[in-house]
Amino acid sequence: MKTWTRKDLIGLDDLSTEEIQFLLDTATAFKGVGERSLKKVPALRGKTLVNFFVEPSTRTRTSFEIAAMRLSADVVNITATASSLQKGETLKDTALNLQALHADIIVLRHSSAGSPRFLADRLESSIINAGDGSHEHPTQGLLDIFTMRQKHGRIAGLNVLIVGDILFSRVARSNIHGLVKLGAKVTLVGPTTLVPAGFEKLGVRVAHRLDDVLEEADVINLLRIQHERQRKEYFPGLGEYVSLFGLTKARAARLKPGCLIMHPGPINRGVEIDSEVADGAGSVILEQVTNGIAVRMAVLYLCAGGAGLPT
Amino acid sequence: MNNLHIKNGRVIDPVNQRDEIADIFVTDGRISNMPPAGKCETLDASGLVVAPGLIDIHVHLREPGQSHKETIATGTRAAAAGGFTSVVAMPNTSPTADSSATITWLRERAKANACVNVFCTGAITKGLAGEELAPFGALAAAGVVALTDDGHCVQNHEVMRRAVEYARMFNLPVMDHCQDYSLVGDGVMHEGEWSLRLGLPGWPRMGEEMIVSRNIMLAELCQSPIHCQHISSGGSVRLLREARKRGVPVSGEVCPHHVALTDATLKTFDTNFKMNPPLRAEEDVEAILEGIADGTLNILCSDHAPHASYEKEVEFDRAPFGITGLETEFSTFCDLLVHKRKVISLQRLIELYTLEPAKLLRLDRGTLSVGAPGDVTLIDPDREWTFDKSASQSLSHNTPFDKHTWKGRAVTTIVSGKIVWQAGR
Repeated sequence: MKTWTRKDLIGLDDLSTEEIQFLLDTATAFKGVGERSLKKVPALRGKTLVNFFVEPSTRTRTSFEIAAMRLSADVVNITATASSLQKGETLKDTALNLQALHADIIVLRHSSAGSPRFLADRLESSIINAGDGSHEHPTQGLLDIFTMRQKHGRIAGLNVLIVGDILFSRVARSNIHGLVKLGAKVTLVGPTTLVPAGFEKLGVRVAHRLDDVLEEADVINLLRIQHERQRKEYFPGLGEYVSLFGLTKARAARLKPGCLIMHPGPINRGVEIDSEVADGAGSVILEQVTNGIAVRMAVLYLCAGGAGLPT
Repeated sequence: MNNLHIKNGRVIDPVNQRDEIADIFVTDGRISNMPPAGKCETLDASGLVVAPGLIDIHVHLREPGQSHKETIATGTRAAAAGGFTSVVAMPNTSPTADSSATITWLRERAKANACVNVFCTGAITKGLAGEELAPFGALAAAGVVALTDDGHCVQNHEVMRRAVEYARMFNLPVMDHCQDYSLVGDGVMHEGEWSLRLGLPGWPRMGEEMIVSRNIMLAELCQSPIHCQHISSGGSVRLLREARKRGVPVSGEVCPHHVALTDATLKTFDTNFKMNPPLRAEEDVEAILEGIADGTLNILCSDHAPHASYEKEVEFDRAPFGITGLETEFSTFCDLLVHKRKVISLQRLIELYTLEPAKLLRLDRGTLSVGAPGDVTLIDPDREWTFDKSASQSLSHNTPFDKHTWKGRAVTTIVSGKIVWQAGR
């Protein structure tokens, strides 16, 4: 694949295998930029990027901001509390105003599934999905896959476990679509209420006993469990969750050598992951964060039609 | 006044088991057996079907209180354009149609502004809150034809039981929007593969089936009719089939979108495909088609639910439920049920829109019997046409059927002998 034709990135479900590989390859090219002393290229000079975060986020917003600055774009951050959405303006009107202010790229984080698609259908600006409800978080999915590919040298044939609250997880969905397209063997692990029947239709395997599938994993990706924010009927409590699905020290000891321990953050130490395991040898949690910048540079660069790949 | 001679049409009148080429006469607004004396308009119906005026028992006209979505004038024009001579208005207006004053206002408003007959329903509970019974006696006296909390569903089974028992005293059927709130939660689309894929909260089949089951038990206990509105789930069809076989006075209706579309259409997050109950899976469509074929589901309707474009053009989970349907429903059903899937005959299709709703609501309509009101719909079952929402008569354009082409169309709508709509060719 030689050229990129999309102005928006809505989800990995929409992308072809070739497009995902092209994004990953472009990210590899950008990764070197962050390792130089002068961490900046002029690829998006003169372009304006608006980080439009209707739902709170620090990590993703900061990562997009750094990625945009390294590409020399001008960056504006808007959060829900500061925006007119608080005053009753519709999402469409707010976005049309951003476009009227010549925003070339709008990075949208929103609690409603489908809202990036809604804007992409109506605006000329590039729309980058930074997480929409429980739908997708494509740059997180890409950075997870990028990290797996970097460490294992391939994706095809890898056994990837995704553990936790799959039902409400946009990170899980983006990982599933990307990994399945690239030929990984994906297993979703979690309580029957949070990994309900039906997910098999997305091309994955479903398991409800972590102990049965732990030893075959090349990658274990742990999702954040938020019992307080979720409806309480899905599982009885964090204690029981940890005993059934937490990556405890004892479980971590049974992992294959070289198995990557991943987490999209923010981690709950002692819940989905034991504190020492999070800081231990197999953990690539902080490398994921660093790789997020290169992946987001690639996404912004390709969707905004930047010129001149770094050499 | 209101004299008409409809010549040479194929008269299909299920009540009188007629299907023959004949002339139909309307004298002073009523069907007569001989040409009216004096001045009389003549319509040539050669090649057309002459049917009793179609009845839609599930329509939201939005007045009073929401005239930015629809008015009685625009809603009944859309009805006429779809071939309907009578519509039944739902009570979820502002104020709620839960008092004789609102019903009286509505009927007077309809008399002044409606181009087709408007029948009113009254609420089951005050303010549709599901708690206290509305004054059924006063509502009956004001002329309602049924009771319903449509858009809402009485969750308390004791309240619903007493409502059904009390309604029997006035011979009023209860019509129910079947939705168990605890099971549905904040669901916005069918719970299935597509809700998992799109990350949207699921509205499970069981949320409907639970209340259909409840209604079957209550109808049996109280021996009073309960009509289950807009059936969407295959499981509901099986429950109703078994109950009707045993003689329980329950019935069910079908909307066109629940057989013409499935949940896969939501992949673009287009809110014109969002309604309540939601579009379901292929297997539900097949079960509903079987239910129509064997008579389990005996009424067709639109659930015409207009919303302004600025209300619909928002995030998917925040958009209101509902789509328009009056102008497209007959064609959708004719094309699918009669032509493409051959589920029922044209005669049965007409029955589902005339005899059956008139029987449920005890209306003196739905027939071409001598002396009946001169409501007639002329149908060209083979005419192909394409719907363009910009030409819609409705005030709102929230339809998933823009630019759809069907075979079969109602071409002329006649109310009490007066031509209120003729389709252009």
